[in-house]
Amino acid sequence: MNLQPAAVSRSPHSPEYLNPDVSHSVKVLVVGHFGVGKTTYIGSISEIEPLRTEETITEASEGFDDLSGLPDKTTTTVAMDFGRRTLSNTLVLYLFGTPGQERFKEMWEALSRGALGALVIVDPSRLDQSFAVLDLVERFGLTYAIAVNRFDGTASYPLDEVREALNLPVETPVVECDVRDSQSSAKALIALVEHLMTHFG
Amino acid sequence: MSEGPDEGPELTGSLVPLFVITEGRALPPDHEYDHTTLVTAQNAPAVAARTLSPEARKVTDLVADGFLSLAEVSAHTRLPLGIVRILVAQLDNDGLLLVRKPIPRAERVDRELLSAVLDGLRNQFGA
Repeated sequence: MNLQPAAVSRSPHSPEYLNPDVSHSVKVLVVGHFGVGKTTYIGSISEIEPLRTEETITEASEGFDDLSGLPDKTTTTVAMDFGRRTLSNTLVLYLFGTPGQERFKEMWEALSRGALGALVIVDPSRLDQSFAVLDLVERFGLTYAIAVNRFDGTASYPLDEVREALNLPVETPVVECDVRDSQSSAKALIALVEHLMTHFG
Repeated sequence: MSEGPDEGPELTGSLVPLFVITEGRALPPDHEYDHTTLVTAQNAPAVAARTLSPEARKVTDLVADGFLSLAEVSAHTRLPLGIVRILVAQLDNDGLLLVRKPIPRAERVDRELLSAVLDGLRNQFGA
């Protein structure tokens, strides 16, 4: 005899709905190279377990198809993690972790449309890997702040050196951030939003 | 997050060709159905509801009791976002969904939004 209630186990992922009064949604991109802590950061801010969505992108393969002489195009699917935080009865914030490679620029185009701005997470010991990301952020006209991730066991890094190494404009906020810590992560986001507000004087 | 944070891009394929799921429909203009467009099911004319594809049905079932963003619909249904956008456009057109589109960017709106975001973050994280 099967006593297992079938209806319960059938739907392991019942969604966590938004507050029905939420009428406005905003998004911020959380960007950085692989392994820099984007998903951990999103998890620190998100009220739901970070979710993964997939997007189909078309990309030109390396080189050309020898027979036709035409660029060889392939369609691939890229996974992207995101999270959500309800900020008031009417407002919800979505954070999208966006991979920072040139070949994902199609995805960047869609994501950056209507985005408030971008939080760029950098690893102070691998700053050179952040140039491609900064390039994309600037190309898509996103206002950004830099969150310098303090990895476990790494010494605090002089923020001025990060600014200099990344050749950042003086007005761009550079803040230290422990991406595992909610409050520290929120502070980085606040630095970004305050920076965005200076555009309005 | 059983799969661990920040793995490389995950390249996957799908068994059903995507044009089958969308019945050959093209993508709606980008701005119409964004990652953060919020949707919920609304009472449907019976005829429209009866003819739904399994995937469209998955979407309406998922948002039967509340609002979710398109990104969340994509994640929960495991359908690519591009497909979800097409399905949502179709369901919206059929009157089966209530859609809250993101507000267009405008300077005055942005300013108000940004202070609301800032207040929200400060309240919630005490930062």
